[in-house]
Amino acid sequence: MVLKVFFPSCCSSADSGILIGRWISEQNSAVILAVVHFPFIPVQVKQYLGEVQRVTKVSVSVLGSWSNSKQEKEESLSEFLEDLGTIFCHEPWIQISKEGDSKFWSCSTLQKHSKNPQKEEIILVYYDQRKVMLSHMHPSLDTAGQGAEDASKLSAIFDTVARSQVLFMTDRYDEGPIKLTHWQSDGVEASIIVELLKQASVPACMVLTFLLSLLSGICRSRVLKFWPLSFLWSKLSTCEQLGHRLQHLQIISSNKKAQNQNQLMRKANIFMSLLIDVALGILLMSWLYRKNRIGHLADTLIPVADHVAEELQDLLQWLMGAPAGLKMNRALDQVLGRFFLYHIHLWISYIHLLSPFIEMILWYVGLSACLGLTVALCILSDIIALLTFHIYCFYVYGARLYCLKIYGLSSLWRLFRGKKWNMLRQRVDSCSYDLDQLFIGTLLFTILLFLLPTTALYYLVFTLLRLLVVIVQGLIHLLVDLIDSLPLYSLILRLCRSYRLAAGVKFRVLEQQDGKPLRLLMQINPLSYGGVVQTYRLPTYSCYPRDSWASLCKKLFLGELIYPWKHKEDKQN
Amino acid sequence: MAEERRFRSASGVPIALRQRQHSASCRELAVRGPRLQLRSLSAATSAVWLAAYGLFAVSENSMVLSAAIFITLIGLIIYLHFVKIDQESLLVIGSLGIQVTSSYASGKESTTFIEMGQVKDVVINEAIHMQKVIYYLCILLRDPEDPQGVSEVVPLFQSSKPRLDCLIEVYKSCQEILEKRKTGPQSSEIK
Repeated sequence: MVLKVFFPSCCSSADSGILIGRWISEQNSAVILAVVHFPFIPVQVKQYLGEVQRVTKVSVSVLGSWSNSKQEKEESLSEFLEDLGTIFCHEPWIQISKEGDSKFWSCSTLQKHSKNPQKEEIILVYYDQRKVMLSHMHPSLDTAGQGAEDASKLSAIFDTVARSQVLFMTDRYDEGPIKLTHWQSDGVEASIIVELLKQASVPACMVLTFLLSLLSGICRSRVLKFWPLSFLWSKLSTCEQLGHRLQHLQIISSNKKAQNQNQLMRKANIFMSLLIDVALGILLMSWLYRKNRIGHLADTLIPVADHVAEELQDLLQWLMGAPAGLKMNRALDQVLGRFFLYHIHLWISYIHLLSPFIEMILWYVGLSACLGLTVALCILSDIIALLTFHIYCFYVYGARLYCLKIYGLSSLWRLFRGKKWNMLRQRVDSCSYDLDQLFIGTLLFTILLFLLPTTALYYLVFTLLRLLVVIVQGLIHLLVDLIDSLPLYSLILRLCRSYRLAAGVKFRVLEQQDGKPLRLLMQINPLSYGGVVQTYRLPTYSCYPRDSWASLCKKLFLGELIYPWKHKEDKQN
Repeated sequence: MAEERRFRSASGVPIALRQRQHSASCRELAVRGPRLQLRSLSAATSAVWLAAYGLFAVSENSMVLSAAIFITLIGLIIYLHFVKIDQESLLVIGSLGIQVTSSYASGKESTTFIEMGQVKDVVINEAIHMQKVIYYLCILLRDPEDPQGVSEVVPLFQSSKPRLDCLIEVYKSCQEILEKRKTGPQSSEIK
């Protein structure tokens, strides 16, 4: 079978020595982790490897010999290296030798116990040790170690290098008995900024946890749980968003270290999302408060509300006349039209009552934009909902009337045909009615039928208005969701350090020479941006679209009230 | 050793197949489609600009011209980077896996590597595409639960769509290497 040797490219110029790494017998491949240089005492090497094995749970052993001769091949060295094979008995004993600066190395194996002495083909695969160590494979297989053998072959290699981090901690300036060459042998890498941040984060987390526990204690107090207030909190999207962000802060400030890669990425993404949110919010706030724009906004609010009310009144007058040339039932038309007109009149009076306070309220509410852009957008959405409350009321009235009418019509239609809805059996059964029942039923049916166009028209107009408001609010919520769930840290990591997020590997065939083993370069194939967003998306509190298009149309036709977005915790219908 | 032969694609466009044997168990097969022709590029650009000039003559708004230039540039970049595939290649390394690469005209390469443990077989399939029946080469992936089942079919050479004669060459090359993996483990078990 073919023997695969994974050789780290940092060891290509190392001095002669022996190769240590992991032998994966199921795949017939050897993963070389480092080169141990002469002089060494075999007993000490075995001791060191035993310690490494105990700490990392990776079965590291001596795999072969490596000779890098600057001049011509030395005969005595090659015999010495073969003898080493008897001291560190490993099956098969791999011998790699490089002459001068040649790119083409010769690689051979010594098999002492094999019955068939056929020369097996050797593939030499170079890999970048640092990148393979830091990279994380997707789809991630977070097994505890048992399933790792069944996992894909290449993830076993990545796993081996990643878990042998302690092997790479000694560099060549250490005074130990063993001299190794690996990617960190020129000096252990570290970053001052990262260390400082780690030290500073512990007290910062404690302070934040304390503040958050105070805040959540206040929020959970009984005072805020009384009926009108709790109803208000559940309806305002601002409170949902604030609660969501509070949860995020709690996740970041928790003292437990992240267990695995996914949790670490999640924490980092939440942190970046909060940071960007607050930064954008402060930017918005500075823009709003400069040149007193918020004052201008407050001044235009009342005229806009007046304008909307006037437009609605014109619309109702049009409906009360002959809208689009249709002939309405005069009496019902007048009743409904006057009823809605009175409503608008009430609403406008309330708005005018509030008008002196609007500027002050808006000024203080605008300050809360410093909590984040998402909070500001949610406040905007709530303000729109409050200002168009009359449209919502009209929609509910129109829908209820229409719904009643439709149910009445369908039930009387069944009576007209001599059938009845059986509640117990949940189906339509035939039924014999008395003559007076049939007479009244048919009369009512005719009345309802001829009044249908009027009610249907009012229902249609107000549903369209309501849908318009819903679409505007929906767009705002979409934007809020985007800011909430976008994994910015993962995206930036994919842009700058693409080897950290690996979807797989790719091989490049290097120059070949006849008689020498096949040379391949293994590079990391990074995850696509779509894959990154899908894997690391932050979960949000809203789930939409709630209804499919078909069920939405059915609800509209029957006059049932539609609630376009339902949050996960809501149980009412 | 490298050899190049000319074939035709399913739509009649000339394509070239290049085989390289790197070692006894490693082969690279690349299908190269026709490059972007200067005359089609100039034809498209002239058409867009003539239309823009006509609009400008009607509307007297110079934004139309700059918009046309912008659209042409952006369209060309998008076409070269995301649409036009110059070469599709298959690298079969026995006992490691199969690597499928598509190289775009802008130099971008998108690579997928499938490990040998997941590959069940490489076969030529038929497909009904509009009014034609075309042949395509595909890799069958093993189902982890069902040893006889196929979990996924990965079609190869989708943009160059070679005809059956070219596909047979590629198929024979792949099968020579894939057969060795079936005979390999058995011989090493005779110990």
